[in-house]
Amino acid sequence: MSRALALALRTLGREWRSGELGVLLLALTIAVAALTGVGFLVGRIGAAVDLQASEVLAADVRLGSPQPISDRYFDEAMARGIRTARGINLLSVVFNGEESQLTNVRAVGEGFPLRGKVLVANEPFVTGVEANGIPGRGEAWPDSKLLVAIGAQVGSQISIGSASFRVTRVLISRPDQGGSFAELAPSLIMNIADVPSTELIQPGSRVSYVALFAGARDSIGDFKEWLRSSRQRGERLLDVNQASTQIKNATDRASRFLSLASLVSVLLCSIAVAMSARRYVQRHLDAVALLKTLGATRAFTLSVSILQLLAIAIIATLVGSALGFLSQEWLIRAIRGLLNAELPPADLKPLLVGFITAVAVLAGFALPPLLQLSRVPTIRVLRRDVGPPSPAVMLAFGPAVFAVAFLIYWVVREWFLFWVFTAGLVGFLALLAITGYGLVALAGRLRGSVGVSWRYGVANLSRRRAESLVQIVAFGTGIMVLLLLGLVRNDLANDWKLSLPTDIPNFFFINIPNDTRDAFMSDLTARGAQPSRVMPMIRGRLIAINGTPNDRLRFRREDGEEFAGREQNLTWADQLGPDNRVTEGQWWTPEMNGQHLVSIATEFQESMGLKLGDKMTFDIAGETVEATIANFRKVKWDSFQPNFFIVFAPGVIDNTAGTYMTSVHFPSGEAKSLASLARKYPSVSIFDIQDLLDRVRSVIDKAVLAVQSVFLFTLFAGLTVMMAAVQASRDERRYESAMLRTLGASRGTVLQGVLAEFVTLGALSGLLASLGASLAGYFVATRVLEMKYGFEPNVWLVGMLGGALLVAFSGWLATRSVINTPPVTTLRAG
Amino acid sequence: MSQQHATSAQAAPASLEVVLKVENLTKQVSSPEGLLTIVRDVSFAIEAGERVAIVGASGAGKSTLLALLAGLDTPTSGRVLLAGTDLTSLDEDGRARLRAARVGFVFQSFHLVPALTALENVMLPLELAGRGDARRTARDALDRVGLGSRTGHYPRQLSGGEQQRVAMARAFVTQPAVLFADEPTGNLDTATGGRIGDLLFDMNANSRTTVVLVTHDNTLAARCGRILRMEAGGLVE
Repeated sequence: MSRALALALRTLGREWRSGELGVLLLALTIAVAALTGVGFLVGRIGAAVDLQASEVLAADVRLGSPQPISDRYFDEAMARGIRTARGINLLSVVFNGEESQLTNVRAVGEGFPLRGKVLVANEPFVTGVEANGIPGRGEAWPDSKLLVAIGAQVGSQISIGSASFRVTRVLISRPDQGGSFAELAPSLIMNIADVPSTELIQPGSRVSYVALFAGARDSIGDFKEWLRSSRQRGERLLDVNQASTQIKNATDRASRFLSLASLVSVLLCSIAVAMSARRYVQRHLDAVALLKTLGATRAFTLSVSILQLLAIAIIATLVGSALGFLSQEWLIRAIRGLLNAELPPADLKPLLVGFITAVAVLAGFALPPLLQLSRVPTIRVLRRDVGPPSPAVMLAFGPAVFAVAFLIYWVVREWFLFWVFTAGLVGFLALLAITGYGLVALAGRLRGSVGVSWRYGVANLSRRRAESLVQIVAFGTGIMVLLLLGLVRNDLANDWKLSLPTDIPNFFFINIPNDTRDAFMSDLTARGAQPSRVMPMIRGRLIAINGTPNDRLRFRREDGEEFAGREQNLTWADQLGPDNRVTEGQWWTPEMNGQHLVSIATEFQESMGLKLGDKMTFDIAGETVEATIANFRKVKWDSFQPNFFIVFAPGVIDNTAGTYMTSVHFPSGEAKSLASLARKYPSVSIFDIQDLLDRVRSVIDKAVLAVQSVFLFTLFAGLTVMMAAVQASRDERRYESAMLRTLGASRGTVLQGVLAEFVTLGALSGLLASLGASLAGYFVATRVLEMKYGFEPNVWLVGMLGGALLVAFSGWLATRSVINTPPVTTLRAG
Repeated sequence: MSQQHATSAQAAPASLEVVLKVENLTKQVSSPEGLLTIVRDVSFAIEAGERVAIVGASGAGKSTLLALLAGLDTPTSGRVLLAGTDLTSLDEDGRARLRAARVGFVFQSFHLVPALTALENVMLPLELAGRGDARRTARDALDRVGLGSRTGHYPRQLSGGEQQRVAMARAFVTQPAVLFADEPTGNLDTATGGRIGDLLFDMNANSRTTVVLVTHDNTLAARCGRILRMEAGGLVE
């Protein structure tokens, strides 16, 4: 092995200097650079998005408990360098003279909020400014709705329990107000040190204690695990992922898009590596035959090749990772202004990802040709036409298929996407190959009707049919990515932003009484708002599933218990909303009215492990109602329309006393007229979600930016493939060119022939790439991003023309030196 | 069927040890026209230190015979005994090991590894045979072919004649029992070819290596003690 290593390293050095290894190493380096660059970038932007999502919790991790929270959690956090803050939430009536209102009182301690901002103002329903710290002792910051409800203003003295507080600010928003409507009452924040003076905490009072934690990503991850294992019964842990469905949706989409984009880079680079490896093998057949003639065994030549491969992988990983790191650093510096936030530093995980990928790509795509290389017959030293025997199909393609499958799964980490992507890839490659084969054959037939240059070029295409096919697949994939980049990407990014249009509802109204519903709705319309759908809302509790009482239910997931235990908002509907999609079972037909059926959102289904046909029993206003699960729904929560986890079929709970809810968009200037609305309908709860919307928009903006940057790496990968494809036939072209020129062809004729071949190749590849880009765009839009997709007719024109020009240009660049080499040099070299 | 035993006088000092023995060697390949016999039932023996030229028209089967003798290719039937070992009983790796120990090669197109210097090319067979003193031995070998000052040059920096001298140094450096040469002067002008011939036979004389060469060069063939003439796959004379 040491002899093999010595020879491997020595020849590797020489080959690098003589340019033999250039393309293979370059392809692999760009692959690693693209991947690690994407890895660093995704990691950093992902961390930034997590931070943003953390604002919804006002922390990275939140621990809630009906009992005071033990100091040991705070001590442990402090020991780990994690910031903490305490809070107490209680429901109490707030008085301003004779006026009173049931209120969520939030008593907060120093440090609150650990993430996000508290916005305050001096009057209700206006844009707030960031608060400086928390309310002082004896101060209270009621929200706009509370202020209006009790007729107070800044400076008023209000009572909470036994204590009196002065209103010093109006609370406009706090980070942890969230997008759920569990708290219907208005809210107020005060200093935690004032809680004892209110005397509100008595045996039996509804109070919950909160501990907030925030810190660096790694330490908070470990701390979360520690908390999970050491918390007491009844203590509830909430992290970023459970904090806000809407933000989670946006980050999920972003990470899926990024995964797919980086996967495309991997696959493109794999093609480039395969092509360069093939060329490497072609160029080393003589040397290996010679080694064997001089007495080297097959195992020895194989060891030399594998050691060289490993050395190449290490070099590519080092150089590629450095390039990847520098390029993402440069990119982030360039777009820092747009990001509007400092990104956390990159962690080093992508380096390992880069090395594993380099090894996987080499093992899958370069090892099979190298195994072939070791099988070259020694007789080749005497007869150059003898090559290695054809490999077994499994040996030639097995490792590549395995490597691709491994990489796809490793990147997407989700079986559904894995299968969809793999099937799409196989389909696309098969389509490229079959259509390419047909087109090459057709081009071959047409060669009789064209001039000498074209005949030479097109003849070359059909003579080297297998190579032409490989090149069409490589060029086609490269052009497809460029098309996706140039045309489809912007549409996708715009569509994504459009999924959250500027007139999306920014206020929710809940608790609209049935008797004032019509009057309320017309008042909304009169104020220039566009209400979305109005839905009934009925409160109820889940008391049993399939006859098992709630307190004896066991769930697969931790949040199942929380879902089951809380008070439920129920509704009924005859139509399925456009922002809902049935994933299992059937939506009900009008004939099924009155049947005890219920439709459940997928979040509930997954958390509680529900199945179609399960019977759920609810207590609705003292009445027991049992219903069978008829279907499961995927809800687009980021439509910001009224939506419910649990929807009954019509005719079951219609007559139960309940209220209504709706959402509307108020232009920002109109928001003030909400104050009069709040005064006129005191029982209606108003939720301002403008802040949440802004946060989701900001996540999407960051993600779109990340995706665009990731495509930049993919662009380099695509160009590498094109380069490798052109390089692949360079040696043969050099020989042919020399032969033709010896036979009397001018350089011009040879060049025209080469260009004719590349133009045809480029146009054919472009045609297929257009098809691929349209299909891929459609897939990404409809399946990954769950958006509508408009087909872009220009793709076809740009694909064919651009493909022909681009391939002809790169072909010309790569073969220029070949054509300019004096024939004698080439022929002498053999 | 022709079965010839060449009986020409030896130019090199005679030895009774048979270093290469060929028995009823036949090589057939399938072609679009059917089964093609390239080497037809050939038998002969070569003794240590002999110089043998295999001559004949193009397509007579000379190079294929050489490949079979060196174990680069396997016969359809018959056998080759190289230094007492039956090549047909060995697998590819076994034949490679035998070559590493007993065989040297010189080719028409030199076949130097382009990525290695002259010195490293000569070191290659020594390293493959696991010799520890590869660098010094190779340097001596290059000195002997008059290229001691060009050890660090790459093949592309050397002329055709110099490349063939490096190839000769590489072939003789392991002091092989048999040296096979395929048209060693085929790519060289007459004068350079003559000098390469001189070198080849000098080294043969000094190291007592058996030389078997395939050539179209009548002058070179005439300098061999024994000539095997091939026609349509068989030996004639």
